[in-house]
Amino acid sequence: MSKLLIEGVSRIFAGVGGGQPVRALQPVDLAVAANDFITILGPSGCGKSTLLRIVAGLEAPSTGRVLLDGKAVTRPGPDRGMVFQSYTLFPWLTVAENIGFGLREQGKPERERNEIVASYVDLVGLKGFENHWPKQLSGGMQQRTAIARALANDPEILLLDEPFGALDNQTRGLMQELLLGIWERRKKTVLFVTHDIEEAIFMASRVIVMSARPGRIKSDVPVDLPHPRHYTLKTSPEFSALKAQLTEDIRIEAMRTAQTQSA
Amino acid sequence: MLRPLHPVQPGTRTVLGIAFFVLFVGFWAWITLGGHVNRIFLADPLSMLKDGWRLLVEDRFWLDILITIWRVFGGFVLASIVAVPIGIAMGAWKPVEAFLEPFVSFARYLPASAFIPLLILWAGIGEFEKLLVIFVGSVFQIILIVAVKVGATRRDLVEAAYTLGATDNGIVKRVIMPANAPEIAETLRLVLGWAWTYVIVAELIGSSSGIGYMIINSQSRLATGQIIFGIIVIGLIGLLSDFAFKALNRWLFPWSLA
Repeated sequence: MSKLLIEGVSRIFAGVGGGQPVRALQPVDLAVAANDFITILGPSGCGKSTLLRIVAGLEAPSTGRVLLDGKAVTRPGPDRGMVFQSYTLFPWLTVAENIGFGLREQGKPERERNEIVASYVDLVGLKGFENHWPKQLSGGMQQRTAIARALANDPEILLLDEPFGALDNQTRGLMQELLLGIWERRKKTVLFVTHDIEEAIFMASRVIVMSARPGRIKSDVPVDLPHPRHYTLKTSPEFSALKAQLTEDIRIEAMRTAQTQSA
Repeated sequence: MLRPLHPVQPGTRTVLGIAFFVLFVGFWAWITLGGHVNRIFLADPLSMLKDGWRLLVEDRFWLDILITIWRVFGGFVLASIVAVPIGIAMGAWKPVEAFLEPFVSFARYLPASAFIPLLILWAGIGEFEKLLVIFVGSVFQIILIVAVKVGATRRDLVEAAYTLGATDNGIVKRVIMPANAPEIAETLRLVLGWAWTYVIVAELIGSSSGIGYMIINSQSRLATGQIIFGIIVIGLIGLLSDFAFKALNRWLFPWSLA
């Protein structure tokens, strides 16, 4: 049985100032198996973030429904951990307190909380920074904390919305390896939205390519590259072949976006 | 030479800041001691200091200072206790805002000083009336500014908290309130400055103590030195309380600076 089931989910935004309503997402169907790492790849504005936010429960679909473990999603909850593109650490909490936020909200006793927090601080390599304020951290460290914060709740699925989009290239590469390393060891169902083709292939066991707005699923590409993956994989012939194929797919969509915008 | 937005050295900043005070007092001394204005209308700096010293030593003016400080802080604390929770409620829950915002926006423009005759009728000319003037002058301002700040809470932080399992109640208590605490404290610091102007007005009418009373009393005796001394005392206390407030905010919210 699928872990996550997206059935006919679409999203239409009401027109601004009496204008035409905007269709951001055409009905999308997607089944995600447990412990799968899925990346959703698409050009800017294709509705991929909207789809992720609907799965998170932060937005309601105009049609269709999302089922997690057979239960319909109606609102956000701790079973769907989310990492955002913008830095969303709570600035008034330290790194450790940020990671423990969800556990606290669920009323976990302090001792248990501290143990869990310590293990996740370790997992994302932030030992020694537990008592720092988010402002004192680099962008990469902030996103590492955000990943730890989402994972500390032990969610059924981890949702990531271009989490490394604001980072420089080198940091981004390291973060990809870190997250993939965690996934390889811990196994978790992951939905990862990105517009970066290399990132989409490197991370995924399955890449979902979305079309230009209004978004729909254009292709569903399995990535059968072996694990554990090392950054050198990015220069292998198999990787390059996949990249060439997806680049072509995305290019067509990006051109369509550019045309509709200039029209 | 002067480049736009180019920072100034800390040492130079202090020197420049003091330089204007020196210029200001120098100009004042020049027009008064130099005989360019009639001393009935404006005392010179030296006799202002002399008058001030006499006020403090002989007339026990420090008691007036204390009573004025008490009135400002009393009225201000009362206003804060009422206004901050209402402001947070308005910012957090839109129906509350829809219910109260039009009235508060209207009440904000009611001049506190115009209420003094009414407040005297209701509360007499005692301490409570003075506190009420400050209260009326501050409470609506605080409510409105706090409501706007809280309403502008970063949505992504609220969303992140929801995905971590926070309840609606938890969002208000553990996201909206801490996220806006420094801004609310900053608002209070601002409004405290305004409260100082209300207290003097309150003391000009129906009062027998306080800095404002001394000022109106000095007017009838053409003691401009005393009046200026009183005004400067208010300025100094305002400056001191501002520094204290800033230091308190820095100590309470280290995370917002770091």
